[in-house]
Amino acid sequence: MAFKQVTSPHAHGAKSTANVMKLVVLATIPGLIALTWHFGWGSLINVVLACLTAVISEALVLKIRKRPLAFYLGDYSAVVTAVLLGLALPPLCPWWVVVIGTVFSVVIAKQLFGGLGYNPFNPAMVGYVVLLISFPVQMTTWITPLALLPEGLSHPDFIESLRLVFSSLAPVDGITGATPLDSFKHTSGLTVDQIYQQDSLFSQAMFAGVGWEWVNLGFLAGGIIMLSNRLFTWHGPVAMLATLALMSLIFWDSGSSQSPGSMMMHLFNGASMMGAFFILTDPVSSTVSNRGRLVYGALIGFLVYIIRAWGNYPDAIAFAVLLANFCAPFIDNYTLPRTYGHTDRRKATERSED
Amino acid sequence: MRQTWVTPGGVHPPENKHQSVTQPIGSLPIPEKLVVPLGQHIGAPAIACVKLGDKVLKGQKIADPAGTVSVAIHAPTSGTVSAIEARPIAHSSGIEALCIEITSDGKDQWIALQGIADFEHTTPKTLLSIITDAGIAGMGGAGFPTAVKLNPGFHRPIDTLIVNATECEPYITADDALIRERAEEIIEGIRILSHTLGNPSNILIGIEDNKPEAIQALEPHTQDTGINVVSFPTKYPSGGEKQLIYILTGKELPSGQIPADIGIVCVNIGTTYAIKRAVVEGEPLVSRVTTMTGEACEINRNYDVLIGTPVSHMLEHNKFDAEKCSRVIMGGPMMGFSLMSKDIPIVKTSNCLLAPSVEEIPHNEPAQPCIRCGMCAEACPASLLPQQLLWYSQAKDYDRLQSHNLFDCIECGACSYVCPSNIPLVQHYRSSKSDIKKAEEEKIKSAQARERFEFRQQRIEQADKEREAKRAARREAALQAKKTAAPNSAADIVAAAQARTEAKQLSPEQEQAKLERAVSSAEMRVQKAQSKLDTAVASEEPEDKIKILSAALSGAQQKLEKAKTRLAEQSN
Repeated sequence: MAFKQVTSPHAHGAKSTANVMKLVVLATIPGLIALTWHFGWGSLINVVLACLTAVISEALVLKIRKRPLAFYLGDYSAVVTAVLLGLALPPLCPWWVVVIGTVFSVVIAKQLFGGLGYNPFNPAMVGYVVLLISFPVQMTTWITPLALLPEGLSHPDFIESLRLVFSSLAPVDGITGATPLDSFKHTSGLTVDQIYQQDSLFSQAMFAGVGWEWVNLGFLAGGIIMLSNRLFTWHGPVAMLATLALMSLIFWDSGSSQSPGSMMMHLFNGASMMGAFFILTDPVSSTVSNRGRLVYGALIGFLVYIIRAWGNYPDAIAFAVLLANFCAPFIDNYTLPRTYGHTDRRKATERSED
Repeated sequence: MRQTWVTPGGVHPPENKHQSVTQPIGSLPIPEKLVVPLGQHIGAPAIACVKLGDKVLKGQKIADPAGTVSVAIHAPTSGTVSAIEARPIAHSSGIEALCIEITSDGKDQWIALQGIADFEHTTPKTLLSIITDAGIAGMGGAGFPTAVKLNPGFHRPIDTLIVNATECEPYITADDALIRERAEEIIEGIRILSHTLGNPSNILIGIEDNKPEAIQALEPHTQDTGINVVSFPTKYPSGGEKQLIYILTGKELPSGQIPADIGIVCVNIGTTYAIKRAVVEGEPLVSRVTTMTGEACEINRNYDVLIGTPVSHMLEHNKFDAEKCSRVIMGGPMMGFSLMSKDIPIVKTSNCLLAPSVEEIPHNEPAQPCIRCGMCAEACPASLLPQQLLWYSQAKDYDRLQSHNLFDCIECGACSYVCPSNIPLVQHYRSSKSDIKKAEEEKIKSAQARERFEFRQQRIEQADKEREAKRAARREAALQAKKTAAPNSAADIVAAAQARTEAKQLSPEQEQAKLERAVSSAEMRVQKAQSKLDTAVASEEPEDKIKILSAALSGAQQKLEKAKTRLAEQSN
């Protein structure tokens, strides 16, 4: 049938949502490798387990909602959510932690709101926060980085890791420990210099925290891959990292015992880079214009620093992103770009005069 | 090198222009029947001035322009008018409109042509009427009557003439081929345009840098003419009028204004060629260069096509394979529209006929949900937020659509082109635009209806009030009368009757006027009776009739006397 009505444009670019999602998954590989190298097989098991759970639960919900399975599963969005959650969870955490978090992310945070494109909150971060609040012990037990393992101990091998995850046994003492942010937060009465000398997490690090600096560099590399493929614009990540850096410069106070830590420590520890490039760039739950993304990114950087410095939690990406998700529609109203032929930016709330 | 400015957004779809420029502009055999629509331009459709069965010559006017925003239509070849009826025309919604069908006699015989060699000594006004009578409307795509554009009025002095040779749509090479082969005539056309506009100080030909041959062809003819050929990097949609104005001048056309408001007139380069032919040779617009391209046709090249040539005729001569073809498009792959019938004729705005194979332009994928990735916003040349517009289009939130400047969307399709979810964004915007326009018209209509209704209510109330007031007055009078008539004696009744007559009696002025009216009407009657009697006497009517008439006259005279006496009494 050559003569039929089809709407213009007829030509179409090569990118597809599925490819975008696949590229996001691929871009996590440097970070995943760094995590696996420094903290053992746990992260990889988390990721695979989360992916399986995500695909099965997404399929079940689609079936209940009477949607075509292949079409919606084919967008890979559930896989992206699962990969990001799996990377964020502590390695070797019990299997049910991963499953509960993933089911919550996919079913409650995404599908119940209408599925892909309609979720107001970042699904992975909703799952993460639910777990963090419900199972604080499991969620705060991290693995000691490879370089700091006591003499004669090593990370469990793959089979042993699987056994630990599925038996829900806690890993052996000695291979678990605090994260640098955690350790820094809970060391009182010491100046920053003293902490850096006494705590091997810092004293043996290059510039931020043993193992963690590599993980952050890995996610930074992934972020740069995505940026160069134009999956998103630089505005969000740069605004977030710049605000985080600025805040840590302003409140550095030359390293007293009250100091919340240096700029490098904040930029290359915890989930800073993963948050900047993989979490806040989730387009569905973030703001839409470039100016909006600057505000949104800056807000997240600001919140992350405030919670890390003066809040109860050592890291804060998930909370900061969810709080900023709340603000996104509001920010959108006041950050419209200036359209061709108009002298001023307009506000979305303007009414046409009746 | 002249400075150029860079527009935001834009996309780089595969150009696919090389296929159709390997051969020079060709011509097709004259089709047996040509279908010429009466509305090929923006504005009122022309009015047919031939009848069924009339013999016409090539170039003979077959329809007159209807009003100022309209152009004439001419017979594309010699033959017979074989139908004047509604036919499917080149339109995105596949509608039918009035067309004149001409059955060719195969002779292709021109009417006598008379051109003006010395246009510099011809007034712009004369030139404008030649352009309208030659049926020239913008040939870039919109089809706006060129003479209207060239006559912006004294309050809009023009300092810049922009000739649009951008041809930014993929596949299309009609302008490119035209420039390569007929650059001299194009420049002549531009000089005519410049003359009608009072010789603006800047004359710019805007052309993308993917047409080096065309740029080279223009160069020898533009030397020392003050005409600048300005080339700039290829990017879709640089050829949009608003975009081109910005690229060449750095000025933005304010929203809702026309280029003439900022001293600019923008004309397609194909139109300048048509103007030259019309003015210098006296040839009306009966053919145009159209690109025939796409993998579903074996031959890809440009043709000088007679207006009214059915698409089927073009396809057949280029070995069209319907099996291979995904859709037949009039225009380019970005803004062109698909055709629903092969009988649709080529019109003045048809720059391309694209018959792509399924591999070239695959069937549309089903749309996935919008993930607000923002690639559309990065591609938008107008700096809109297409993803928000989609959201509000689906919600039918007209206020938000307008605050997001929906009406500044030029429907270039760059957003849909980049959308990874295959969402037909432009279609959503088109439909929302027409919904809003409709809603606004209805608002105006209902406002008028409300005004009328309110006025009527007010009028009825007023009348009611007046009536009520009269009634009240009467009631009051009756009450008064009753009061005075309370003792029910005969004398009182008489008195009451007298009072009523007195109440009915007119004031002296009114009485006077009434009597004067009586006198004048009595006078009229006397005159009438007199004249009747006179005519009767003159025509020697029977005696008894004359008697009756004279009696009537004397009666009338008596009545007049009476009336006069009464008036005299009253005056005293």
